[in-house]
Amino acid sequence: MHQHQRRLLTIVTESAIEAHLLRDIQRWGAHGYTITEARGKGARGVREGNWEANRNIRIEVVCEDSTAERIVVGLREHYYDNYAMILYLSDVEVLRPEKF
Amino acid sequence: MIDPVVMFFLLGIVAGVLRSELRLPVQVYELLSILLLLAIGMKGGIELARQPFLTLVPQMLAVIAMGFVLPLLAYPVLLYMGRLPRSDAASIAAHYGSVSVGTFAVVVAYLSARDISYEAYMPVFVVLLEIPAILVGIVLAKGLVSGDSLRRSAHEVLLGKSIVLLVGGLLIGWLAGEEALQGIAPLFFSPFQGLLALFLLEMGLVTASQLGTLRRYGLFLLCFGVVAPVVAALCGLTLAWLLGLSVGGAVVLATLAASASYIAVPAAMRISVPEANPALSLAASLGVTFPFNVVFGIPLYHWATRHAYTIFGGG
Repeated sequence: MHQHQRRLLTIVTESAIEAHLLRDIQRWGAHGYTITEARGKGARGVREGNWEANRNIRIEVVCEDSTAERIVVGLREHYYDNYAMILYLSDVEVLRPEKF
Repeated sequence: MIDPVVMFFLLGIVAGVLRSELRLPVQVYELLSILLLLAIGMKGGIELARQPFLTLVPQMLAVIAMGFVLPLLAYPVLLYMGRLPRSDAASIAAHYGSVSVGTFAVVVAYLSARDISYEAYMPVFVVLLEIPAILVGIVLAKGLVSGDSLRRSAHEVLLGKSIVLLVGGLLIGWLAGEEALQGIAPLFFSPFQGLLALFLLEMGLVTASQLGTLRRYGLFLLCFGVVAPVVAALCGLTLAWLLGLSVGGAVVLATLAASASYIAVPAAMRISVPEANPALSLAASLGVTFPFNVVFGIPLYHWATRHAYTIFGGG
Protein backbone atom coordinates (compact mmCIF):
# COMPACT_ATOMS: atom_id res chain seq x y z
CA MET A 1 0.00 0.00 0.00
CA HIS A 2 1.58 3.24 -1.15
CA GLN A 3 1.14 6.32 0.97
CA HIS A 4 1.47 9.90 -0.19
CA GLN A 5 2.61 12.95 1.71
CA ARG A 6 0.18 15.85 2.01
CA ARG A 7 -0.20 18.82 4.34
CA LEU A 8 -3.00 19.14 6.87
CA LEU A 9 -3.91 22.77 7.42
CA THR A 10 -6.03 23.46 10.49
CA ILE A 11 -7.67 26.83 11.01
CA VAL A 12 -9.58 27.78 14.15
CA THR A 13 -11.57 30.98 13.73
CA GLU A 14 -14.86 32.82 14.15
CA SER A 15 -17.86 31.18 12.56
CA ALA A 16 -19.07 34.64 11.53
CA ILE A 17 -16.67 34.59 8.60
CA GLU A 18 -17.28 30.99 7.57
CA ALA A 19 -18.89 31.65 4.20
CA HIS A 20 -16.29 34.18 3.10
CA LEU A 21 -13.40 32.12 4.33
CA LEU A 22 -14.53 28.97 2.55
CA ARG A 23 -14.92 30.86 -0.69
CA ASP A 24 -11.38 32.21 -0.39
CA ILE A 25 -9.85 28.90 0.62
CA GLN A 26 -11.31 27.21 -2.43
CA ARG A 27 -10.20 30.08 -4.61
CA TRP A 28 -6.67 29.51 -3.32
CA GLY A 29 -6.80 25.90 -4.42
CA ALA A 30 -8.31 23.69 -1.71
CA HIS A 31 -10.36 20.83 -3.14
CA GLY A 32 -12.34 20.24 0.00
CA TYR A 33 -12.58 20.95 3.72
CA THR A 34 -14.01 19.61 6.95
CA ILE A 35 -15.64 21.90 9.51
CA THR A 36 -16.34 21.20 13.15
CA GLU A 37 -17.79 23.44 15.82
CA ALA A 38 -15.13 24.44 18.31
CA ARG A 39 -14.80 26.08 21.70
CA GLY A 40 -11.76 27.39 23.44
CA LYS A 41 -9.65 30.21 24.74
CA GLY A 42 -7.08 32.36 23.05
CA ALA A 43 -5.72 35.87 22.69
CA ARG A 44 -9.24 37.21 22.21
CA GLY A 45 -10.65 35.58 25.31
CA VAL A 46 -12.88 32.59 25.92
CA ARG A 47 -15.12 31.68 23.03
CA GLU A 48 -17.82 29.51 24.49
CA GLY A 49 -19.85 29.04 21.36
CA ASN A 50 -23.07 29.50 23.29
CA TRP A 51 -24.58 32.07 20.93
CA GLU A 52 -24.16 33.65 17.53
CA ALA A 53 -21.37 36.14 17.99
CA ASN A 54 -19.35 33.80 20.14
CA ARG A 55 -19.01 30.76 17.94
CA ASN A 56 -15.84 29.21 16.64
CA ILE A 57 -15.20 26.70 13.92
CA ARG A 58 -12.26 24.48 13.08
CA ILE A 59 -11.60 24.06 9.40
CA GLU A 60 -9.35 21.27 8.22
CA VAL A 61 -7.95 21.14 4.73
CA VAL A 62 -5.72 18.39 3.35
CA CYS A 63 -3.81 19.61 0.34
CA GLU A 64 -0.51 19.82 -1.49
CA ASP A 65 2.31 21.79 0.02
CA SER A 66 2.04 24.56 -2.58
CA THR A 67 -1.68 25.00 -1.96
CA ALA A 68 -1.12 25.12 1.80
CA GLU A 69 1.48 27.80 1.25
CA ARG A 70 -0.92 29.85 -0.87
CA ILE A 71 -3.70 29.59 1.72
CA VAL A 72 -1.36 30.55 4.55
CA VAL A 73 -0.20 33.66 2.69
CA GLY A 74 -3.79 34.58 1.80
CA LEU A 75 -4.99 34.21 5.35
CA ARG A 76 -2.10 36.24 6.66
CA GLU A 77 -2.87 39.06 4.25
CA HIS A 78 -6.63 39.15 4.50
CA TYR A 79 -7.67 37.78 7.87
CA TYR A 80 -4.95 37.82 10.50
CA ASP A 81 -5.24 41.46 11.52
CA ASN A 82 -8.91 41.62 12.25
CA TYR A 83 -10.18 38.19 13.12
CA ALA A 84 -9.66 35.72 15.90
CA MET A 85 -7.72 33.08 14.00
CA ILE A 86 -5.07 30.50 14.58
CA LEU A 87 -3.56 28.25 12.05
CA TYR A 88 -1.22 25.28 12.10
CA LEU A 89 0.23 22.85 9.61
CA SER A 90 1.17 19.23 9.92
CA ASP A 91 2.27 16.43 7.64
CA VAL A 92 -0.18 13.66 6.92
CA GLU A 93 -0.19 10.59 4.74
CA VAL A 94 -3.10 9.88 2.47
CA LEU A 95 -4.00 6.80 0.47
CA ARG A 96 -5.84 8.44 -2.41
CA PRO A 97 -3.72 11.44 -3.49
CA GLU A 98 -6.02 12.36 -6.37
CA LYS A 99 -8.60 13.56 -3.84
CA PHE A 100 -6.37 16.27 -2.41
CA MET B 1 -43.99 43.80 40.14
CA ILE B 2 -41.43 42.41 37.69
CA ASP B 3 -42.79 40.24 34.89
CA PRO B 4 -42.03 36.53 35.30
CA VAL B 5 -40.12 36.46 31.99
CA VAL B 6 -37.85 39.19 33.31
CA MET B 7 -37.26 37.13 36.46
CA PHE B 8 -35.93 34.35 34.23
CA PHE B 9 -33.56 36.86 32.69
CA LEU B 10 -32.36 37.93 36.13
CA LEU B 11 -31.93 34.28 37.11
CA GLY B 12 -29.71 33.83 34.06
CA ILE B 13 -27.59 36.85 34.99
CA VAL B 14 -27.20 35.73 38.60
CA ALA B 15 -26.33 32.18 37.56
CA GLY B 16 -23.82 33.53 35.07
CA VAL B 17 -22.21 35.93 37.52
CA LEU B 18 -21.88 33.15 40.09
CA ARG B 19 -20.29 30.97 37.39
CA SER B 20 -22.93 28.30 37.54
CA GLU B 21 -22.59 25.30 35.27
CA LEU B 22 -25.98 26.13 33.82
CA ARG B 23 -26.17 26.60 30.09
CA LEU B 24 -28.77 25.86 27.49
CA PRO B 25 -27.68 23.49 24.73
CA VAL B 26 -26.87 25.49 21.60
CA GLN B 27 -29.56 23.70 19.62
CA VAL B 28 -32.18 24.57 22.20
CA TYR B 29 -31.25 28.23 22.03
CA GLU B 30 -31.38 28.07 18.22
CA LEU B 31 -34.81 26.45 18.27
CA LEU B 32 -36.13 28.99 20.78
CA SER B 33 -35.00 31.91 18.68
CA ILE B 34 -36.45 30.35 15.52
CA LEU B 35 -39.82 29.79 17.22
CA LEU B 36 -39.89 33.32 18.64
CA LEU B 37 -38.96 34.95 15.34
CA LEU B 38 -41.56 32.97 13.41
CA ALA B 39 -44.26 33.59 16.01
CA ILE B 40 -43.55 37.33 16.01
CA GLY B 41 -43.53 37.40 12.21
CA MET B 42 -46.78 35.47 11.87
CA LYS B 43 -48.59 37.60 14.45
CA GLY B 44 -47.60 40.69 12.52
CA GLY B 45 -48.62 39.09 9.24
CA ILE B 46 -52.07 38.19 10.51
CA GLU B 47 -52.63 41.81 11.47
CA LEU B 48 -51.16 43.09 8.24
CA ALA B 49 -53.80 41.15 6.32
CA ARG B 50 -56.46 43.16 8.14
CA GLN B 51 -54.96 46.52 7.17
CA PRO B 52 -55.10 48.11 3.76
CA PHE B 53 -51.40 47.95 3.06
CA LEU B 54 -51.12 51.37 1.42
CA THR B 55 -52.30 53.19 4.54
CA LEU B 56 -49.21 51.87 6.33
CA VAL B 57 -46.73 53.11 3.77
CA PRO B 58 -46.26 56.62 5.28
CA GLN B 59 -45.66 55.08 8.72
CA MET B 60 -43.21 52.63 7.25
CA LEU B 61 -41.26 55.37 5.49
CA ALA B 62 -41.11 57.40 8.71
CA VAL B 63 -39.81 54.39 10.61
CA ILE B 64 -37.15 53.72 7.97
CA ALA B 65 -36.09 57.37 8.25
CA MET B 66 -35.72 56.91 11.99
CA GLY B 67 -33.51 53.90 11.27
CA PHE B 68 -31.16 56.18 9.35
CA VAL B 69 -31.22 59.04 11.85
CA LEU B 70 -30.59 57.14 15.10
CA PRO B 71 -27.10 55.87 14.19
CA LEU B 72 -26.19 59.33 12.89
CA LEU B 73 -27.06 60.76 16.30
CA ALA B 74 -25.05 58.14 18.16
CA TYR B 75 -21.94 58.35 15.98
CA PRO B 76 -20.60 61.81 16.93
CA VAL B 77 -21.17 61.08 20.61
CA LEU B 78 -19.12 57.88 20.34
CA LEU B 79 -16.45 59.52 18.25
CA TYR B 80 -15.93 62.77 20.17
CA MET B 81 -17.16 62.11 23.70
CA GLY B 82 -16.13 58.47 23.75
CA ARG B 83 -12.92 59.16 21.81
CA LEU B 84 -13.37 55.85 20.08
CA PRO B 85 -11.66 55.03 16.80
CA ARG B 86 -13.81 55.73 13.76
CA SER B 87 -14.53 52.09 12.96
CA ASP B 88 -15.61 51.31 16.53
CA ALA B 89 -17.81 54.41 16.74
CA ALA B 90 -19.46 53.48 13.43
CA SER B 91 -19.98 49.89 14.44
CA ILE B 92 -21.52 50.76 17.82
CA ALA B 93 -23.71 53.39 16.14
CA ALA B 94 -24.99 50.71 13.78
CA HIS B 95 -25.78 48.42 16.72
CA TYR B 96 -27.79 51.17 18.39
CA GLY B 97 -29.61 52.25 15.26
CA SER B 98 -30.77 48.72 14.62
CA VAL B 99 -33.14 46.71 16.82
CA SER B 100 -33.18 43.69 19.08
CA VAL B 101 -35.96 41.21 18.45
CA GLY B 102 -35.48 39.84 21.97
CA THR B 103 -36.30 43.25 23.43
CA PHE B 104 -39.30 43.50 21.11
CA ALA B 105 -40.56 40.15 22.40
CA VAL B 106 -40.23 41.39 25.97
CA VAL B 107 -42.21 44.59 25.34
CA VAL B 108 -44.91 42.56 23.61
CA ALA B 109 -45.10 40.27 26.64
CA TYR B 110 -45.11 43.33 28.93
CA LEU B 111 -48.06 44.87 27.13
CA SER B 112 -50.09 41.69 26.89
CA ALA B 113 -49.57 41.03 30.61
CA ARG B 114 -51.20 44.41 31.22
CA ASP B 115 -53.92 44.05 28.60
CA ILE B 116 -52.63 47.04 26.70
CA SER B 117 -53.37 46.83 23.01
CA TYR B 118 -50.94 47.99 20.35
CA GLU B 119 -50.84 48.11 16.58
CA ALA B 120 -50.22 44.44 15.93
CA TYR B 121 -48.41 45.03 12.63
CA MET B 122 -45.39 46.30 14.60
CA PRO B 123 -43.23 43.33 13.55
CA VAL B 124 -43.07 45.03 10.14
CA PHE B 125 -41.25 47.89 11.85
CA VAL B 126 -38.80 45.44 13.40
CA VAL B 127 -37.83 44.28 9.93
CA LEU B 128 -37.65 47.82 8.58
CA LEU B 129 -35.47 49.04 11.44
CA GLU B 130 -32.98 46.24 11.23
CA ILE B 131 -31.38 47.28 7.96
CA PRO B 132 -30.81 51.07 7.55
CA ALA B 133 -28.46 51.38 10.52
CA ILE B 134 -26.18 48.72 9.10
CA LEU B 135 -25.80 50.68 5.87
CA VAL B 136 -25.16 53.88 7.83
CA GLY B 137 -22.59 52.09 9.97
CA ILE B 138 -20.68 50.83 6.95
CA VAL B 139 -20.68 54.23 5.27
CA LEU B 140 -19.58 55.94 8.50
CA ALA B 141 -16.71 53.50 8.90
CA LYS B 142 -15.58 53.26 5.32
CA GLY B 143 -16.89 56.34 3.56
CA LEU B 144 -18.87 55.83 0.41
CA VAL B 145 -17.64 52.37 -0.39
CA SER B 146 -17.95 50.41 -3.57
CA GLY B 147 -21.33 48.95 -4.38
CA ASP B 148 -19.78 45.52 -4.17
CA SER B 149 -19.03 45.73 -0.48
CA LEU B 150 -22.49 47.10 0.29
CA ARG B 151 -24.06 44.38 -1.79
CA ARG B 152 -22.19 41.72 0.16
CA SER B 153 -23.36 43.18 3.48
CA ALA B 154 -26.89 43.53 2.18
CA HIS B 155 -26.84 39.86 1.24
CA GLU B 156 -25.47 39.01 4.66
CA VAL B 157 -28.24 40.89 6.44
CA LEU B 158 -31.18 40.20 4.18
CA LEU B 159 -30.51 36.49 4.15
CA GLY B 160 -29.50 36.32 7.80
CA LYS B 161 -31.56 34.16 10.08
CA SER B 162 -33.59 36.91 11.71
CA ILE B 163 -34.77 38.67 8.55
CA VAL B 164 -35.59 35.44 6.72
CA LEU B 165 -37.65 34.12 9.63
CA LEU B 166 -39.38 37.43 10.42
CA VAL B 167 -40.24 38.18 6.81
CA GLY B 168 -41.14 34.54 6.18
CA GLY B 169 -43.41 34.56 9.23
CA LEU B 170 -44.98 37.85 8.13
CA LEU B 171 -45.75 36.43 4.70
CA ILE B 172 -47.12 33.18 6.07
CA GLY B 173 -49.32 35.07 8.55
CA TRP B 174 -50.43 37.48 5.87
CA LEU B 175 -51.27 34.82 3.30
CA ALA B 176 -52.73 32.20 5.64
CA GLY B 177 -54.69 34.41 8.01
CA GLU B 178 -55.56 33.75 11.62
CA GLU B 179 -57.98 30.87 11.16
CA ALA B 180 -55.74 28.77 8.98
CA LEU B 181 -52.95 29.21 11.53
CA GLN B 182 -55.01 27.80 14.40
CA GLY B 183 -53.52 24.39 13.71
CA ILE B 184 -49.99 25.52 14.50
CA ALA B 185 -50.93 28.00 17.23
CA PRO B 186 -50.24 25.46 20.01
CA LEU B 187 -46.58 25.43 18.97
CA PHE B 188 -46.05 29.11 18.23
CA PHE B 189 -48.60 31.34 19.96
CA SER B 190 -49.85 29.68 23.15
CA PRO B 191 -46.41 28.93 24.61
CA PHE B 192 -44.94 32.30 23.53
CA GLN B 193 -44.29 33.52 27.06
CA GLY B 194 -42.79 30.23 28.15
CA LEU B 195 -40.45 30.14 25.16
CA LEU B 196 -39.52 33.73 25.84
CA ALA B 197 -38.78 32.91 29.48
CA LEU B 198 -36.33 30.16 28.46
CA PHE B 199 -34.81 32.39 25.80
CA LEU B 200 -34.28 35.14 28.37
CA LEU B 201 -32.70 32.69 30.80
CA GLU B 202 -30.04 31.98 28.19
CA MET B 203 -29.73 35.69 27.35
CA GLY B 204 -29.10 36.34 31.04
CA LEU B 205 -26.22 33.88 30.97
CA VAL B 206 -24.82 35.51 27.83
CA THR B 207 -25.22 38.98 29.32
CA ALA B 208 -23.30 37.91 32.42
CA SER B 209 -20.47 36.75 30.18
CA GLN B 210 -20.22 40.30 28.78
CA LEU B 211 -19.74 41.93 32.16
CA GLY B 212 -16.03 41.14 32.25
CA THR B 213 -15.41 43.03 29.00
CA LEU B 214 -17.46 45.89 30.28
CA ARG B 215 -15.23 46.24 33.34
CA ARG B 216 -12.26 46.48 31.02
CA TYR B 217 -13.72 49.20 28.79
CA GLY B 218 -15.04 51.32 31.56
CA LEU B 219 -17.41 54.04 32.38
CA PHE B 220 -18.11 55.62 29.02
CA LEU B 221 -19.66 52.48 27.51
CA LEU B 222 -21.73 51.96 30.62
CA CYS B 223 -23.13 55.51 30.48
CA PHE B 224 -23.63 55.34 26.72
CA GLY B 225 -25.44 52.01 27.09
CA VAL B 226 -27.95 53.62 29.44
CA VAL B 227 -28.30 57.14 28.04
CA ALA B 228 -28.44 56.23 24.34
CA PRO B 229 -31.54 54.03 24.66
CA VAL B 230 -33.37 56.64 26.71
CA VAL B 231 -32.68 59.37 24.14
CA ALA B 232 -33.59 57.02 21.28
CA ALA B 233 -36.79 56.03 23.09
CA LEU B 234 -37.76 59.69 23.22
CA CYS B 235 -37.27 59.89 19.45
CA GLY B 236 -39.39 56.77 19.00
CA LEU B 237 -42.07 58.08 21.31
CA THR B 238 -42.19 61.42 19.50
CA LEU B 239 -42.45 59.69 16.14
CA ALA B 240 -45.21 57.42 17.44
CA TRP B 241 -47.13 60.45 18.68
CA LEU B 242 -46.71 62.21 15.33
CA LEU B 243 -47.91 59.09 13.53
CA GLY B 244 -50.92 58.89 15.83
CA LEU B 245 -50.13 55.46 17.26
CA SER B 246 -51.91 54.18 20.35
CA VAL B 247 -50.22 54.26 23.77
CA GLY B 248 -49.29 50.59 23.37
CA GLY B 249 -47.93 51.23 19.89
CA ALA B 250 -45.90 54.16 21.16
CA VAL B 251 -44.36 52.03 23.92
CA VAL B 252 -43.41 49.44 21.31
CA LEU B 253 -41.90 51.98 18.93
CA ALA B 254 -40.03 53.71 21.77
CA THR B 255 -38.67 50.34 22.86
CA LEU B 256 -37.66 49.44 19.31
CA ALA B 257 -35.82 52.75 18.98
CA ALA B 258 -34.15 52.16 22.35
CA SER B 259 -33.07 48.61 21.66
CA ALA B 260 -29.67 47.74 20.23
CA SER B 261 -28.95 44.81 17.98
CA TYR B 262 -26.80 41.97 19.22
CA ILE B 263 -27.30 39.37 16.49
CA ALA B 264 -27.79 40.76 13.00
CA VAL B 265 -25.55 43.81 13.27
CA PRO B 266 -22.56 42.11 14.94
CA ALA B 267 -22.54 39.54 12.15
CA ALA B 268 -22.75 42.21 9.45
CA MET B 269 -20.10 44.42 11.07
CA ARG B 270 -17.73 41.49 11.46
CA ILE B 271 -17.75 41.07 7.69
CA SER B 272 -18.04 44.68 6.54
CA VAL B 273 -16.08 46.57 9.21
CA PRO B 274 -13.71 43.87 10.45
CA GLU B 275 -11.34 46.34 12.14
CA ALA B 276 -14.04 47.33 14.63
CA ASN B 277 -13.64 45.53 17.92
CA PRO B 278 -16.74 43.33 18.40
CA ALA B 279 -16.14 43.07 22.14
CA LEU B 280 -16.85 46.80 22.57
CA SER B 281 -20.16 46.92 20.75
CA LEU B 282 -21.39 43.69 22.31
CA ALA B 283 -20.43 44.75 25.81
CA ALA B 284 -22.52 47.88 25.32
CA SER B 285 -25.51 46.46 23.48
CA LEU B 286 -25.72 43.14 25.28
CA GLY B 287 -23.99 43.88 28.57
CA VAL B 288 -25.73 47.18 29.30
CA THR B 289 -28.53 48.19 26.97
CA PHE B 290 -30.36 44.89 26.67
CA PRO B 291 -30.65 44.32 30.44
CA PHE B 292 -31.40 48.00 31.00
CA ASN B 293 -34.27 47.94 28.51
CA VAL B 294 -35.67 44.64 29.73
CA VAL B 295 -35.62 45.48 33.42
CA PHE B 296 -35.97 49.27 33.65
CA GLY B 297 -36.39 50.72 30.17
CA ILE B 298 -39.71 49.23 29.11
CA PRO B 299 -41.59 50.26 32.28
CA LEU B 300 -39.94 53.68 31.99
CA TYR B 301 -40.99 54.12 28.35
CA HIS B 302 -44.51 53.04 29.29
CA TRP B 303 -44.61 55.61 32.06
CA ALA B 304 -43.25 58.34 29.80
CA THR B 305 -45.72 57.49 27.04
CA ARG B 306 -48.68 57.59 29.40
CA HIS B 307 -47.66 61.01 30.66
CA ALA B 308 -46.81 62.37 27.23
CA TYR B 309 -50.13 61.22 25.82
CA THR B 310 -52.00 62.72 28.78
CA ILE B 311 -50.26 66.06 28.37
CA PHE B 312 -50.19 66.33 24.58
CA GLY B 313 -53.28 64.30 23.84
CA GLY B 314 -53.52 61.25 21.65
CA GLY B 315 -53.76 57.51 21.98
